[in-house]
Amino acid sequence: MNNTLSKVPLFHITRRKELPWYRAWLIRVIAVIMGLILCGIITMLLVKINPLDVYKTMLSGAFGTSRRIWVTAQNMAILLGISLALAPAFRMRFWNLGGDGQTLMGCLGATAPMILLGGKIPNIILILIMLICAVLAGAIWALIPAAFKAKWNTNETLFTLMMNYVATQIIAYFIVVWENPKGASQIGIINANTMAGWLPRIGNNQYLLNILIIIVLTVVIYIYMRYTKHGYEISVVGESEATARYVGIKVRRVIIRTMLLSGAICGLVGFLLVSGTSHTMTTTIVDGRGFTGVMVAWLAKFNPFFMILTSLLLVFLSRGASEISTIYGLNDSFGSILAGILLFFIIGCEFFLNYQIALKKTRKEVKIDA
Amino acid sequence: MLKFLLSFIPRAVTQGIPLMFGCVGETITEKSGNLNLGTAGIMYVGGICGVIGSFFYETKVGAQNMTAFLGIAIPLVCCLVGSLLMGLIYCFLTVTLRANQNVTGLAMTTFGIGIGNFFGGSLIKITNSEVPSIVLNQTGKFFKTQLPFAKGLGWFGTIFCSYGFLAYVAIILAIIAAVILSRTRTGLSLRAVGENPGTADAAGINVTRYKYFATCLGAMISGLGGLYFVMDYSSGIWANDAFGDRGWLAIALVIFTIWRPGHSIWASILFGGLYILHIFLPTGTELAVKELYKGIPYVVTIIVLIITSLRNKRENQPPGSLGLSYFREDR
Repeated sequence: MNNTLSKVPLFHITRRKELPWYRAWLIRVIAVIMGLILCGIITMLLVKINPLDVYKTMLSGAFGTSRRIWVTAQNMAILLGISLALAPAFRMRFWNLGGDGQTLMGCLGATAPMILLGGKIPNIILILIMLICAVLAGAIWALIPAAFKAKWNTNETLFTLMMNYVATQIIAYFIVVWENPKGASQIGIINANTMAGWLPRIGNNQYLLNILIIIVLTVVIYIYMRYTKHGYEISVVGESEATARYVGIKVRRVIIRTMLLSGAICGLVGFLLVSGTSHTMTTTIVDGRGFTGVMVAWLAKFNPFFMILTSLLLVFLSRGASEISTIYGLNDSFGSILAGILLFFIIGCEFFLNYQIALKKTRKEVKIDA
Repeated sequence: MLKFLLSFIPRAVTQGIPLMFGCVGETITEKSGNLNLGTAGIMYVGGICGVIGSFFYETKVGAQNMTAFLGIAIPLVCCLVGSLLMGLIYCFLTVTLRANQNVTGLAMTTFGIGIGNFFGGSLIKITNSEVPSIVLNQTGKFFKTQLPFAKGLGWFGTIFCSYGFLAYVAIILAIIAAVILSRTRTGLSLRAVGENPGTADAAGINVTRYKYFATCLGAMISGLGGLYFVMDYSSGIWANDAFGDRGWLAIALVIFTIWRPGHSIWASILFGGLYILHIFLPTGTELAVKELYKGIPYVVTIIVLIITSLRNKRENQPPGSLGLSYFREDR
């Protein structure tokens, strides 16, 4: 029918069998290094410093002083927390792009009792109420799209995404209601004098408690996904809904349960953001980490311990890039460009994990698996 | 009433045009089976590339010496090239390397919005210019030029003829896309690729070529939405993050229009109207309610998503292989 068929292609692509883990990681590390090199070259061209200085500046931005290490660790903890929340849902092939909204609702859930009850009840009870409200608010925000997905198979990607913007507007509404002082259009530090509803510090380190909570959470999620019946059901539903139904798993229930968990953890992170970090609420408090979390979870193949590495990588890039943009007077979005480039490399390298390329000559030797 | 419509409709249309570009572009992309969630990023890149092009032109020759042809052609070409590159990145990753489309799209969004805000915020610093901010008044004027007889037509002129040329380009593109998709052989092949690439491949259609072509074309059309927003709607003034979440609304509109570009004309204008509804709704004494009103377009989108999923008709389904990459030997 068409004569291109007679042409033999220059190379031939086949699916690979499982790679040994060290070769898989070698490919990933090479991709990250190539991505970092390209980032370095672009930075060099833009700010005209030698490439070694680029990396030196980035390292010092992320780890230069003990304060910077703490901030980096704190950012990592928050990003990791959101990624941990999203991972079970993704494992189930439920594209929860609503991490931002669920975390924002968590922030709202923590802020409301903090403002309304601050100073009226003992601190420990206040913190508990804040925690419960935050977790509930996040869970409800995740339940809405999950219920529609389970019942009518409503497109969850856009549903959860739109819920982000609805959440943003609700937060904006409450910021106007609670603005302090009047007309400032922001809430300001809540209970700055009494410190009611603030998470206690451990020793001198404001962020240590946040980080510890997220570490515990990492281990819990790992065990939940790996060794429990729930975790198993999630991965069966993710592999094939038909199989899941066949073996008697109630798919709807798994979807709703997993999303409740997902939203609840997002809510917990929202609580940590308000009560343990900034002690205020803004519409940009989550800062798009719901999206970055998607990539952190996906790049780590939903393994909580690998997520520590991927979130470190992304936080390092953003902190390093923000150091470069501060020093050279560039815009803060520089970090997003570098993160984007690095992500392209990591996403692209998956190809070499799953497929192999054989040149024309060796074509006969390649076994084609059905 | 007429006075209200005369002020509401033109605003709704100018709000709706970027959505229309995005929706038409994304529909063409999705018809090839590629779910490009990077549309938001592509629209930023389209906008900023146009801004960079005309920034150089306007600072080089000065606003008085600009010709209308170059003043429009330069940003237009820059915008198309920029969005084309974004489309190529997406295609290379998802079609050639068969990467996950959702993750690639999100990375494109991060990257594209980063590019837009970075160059928007640092262009002056990088080029060592002496202007205080990116204000491309003259280019904006070229893009906003109305039909010469619009003023003389009263209310008819205000509602139908008071827009810059890109608005009409959007409507024409939507009609052309609708005709090509439903009436031509190319459209049929493209739909076949999106529905079932294996079958299309067996019928002798070059799946990779169709996917690349449709996605890149879709990206270029979406990019024009960004250009329209900066040059016409904002009169040539770039502000970081001003474009907002319109890219995501455009993707939602694709579902709303059930993958029919013809419908995107009225749907985009409807959503444009929802976007500015908060200006016209009464707030009473409680000003905070305005913030809640701003959430209306998103709530409506959610309701639309739910209704579409309830009305589960066969002809209203997304392309069969949407979001999946195609590997010939996987059959």
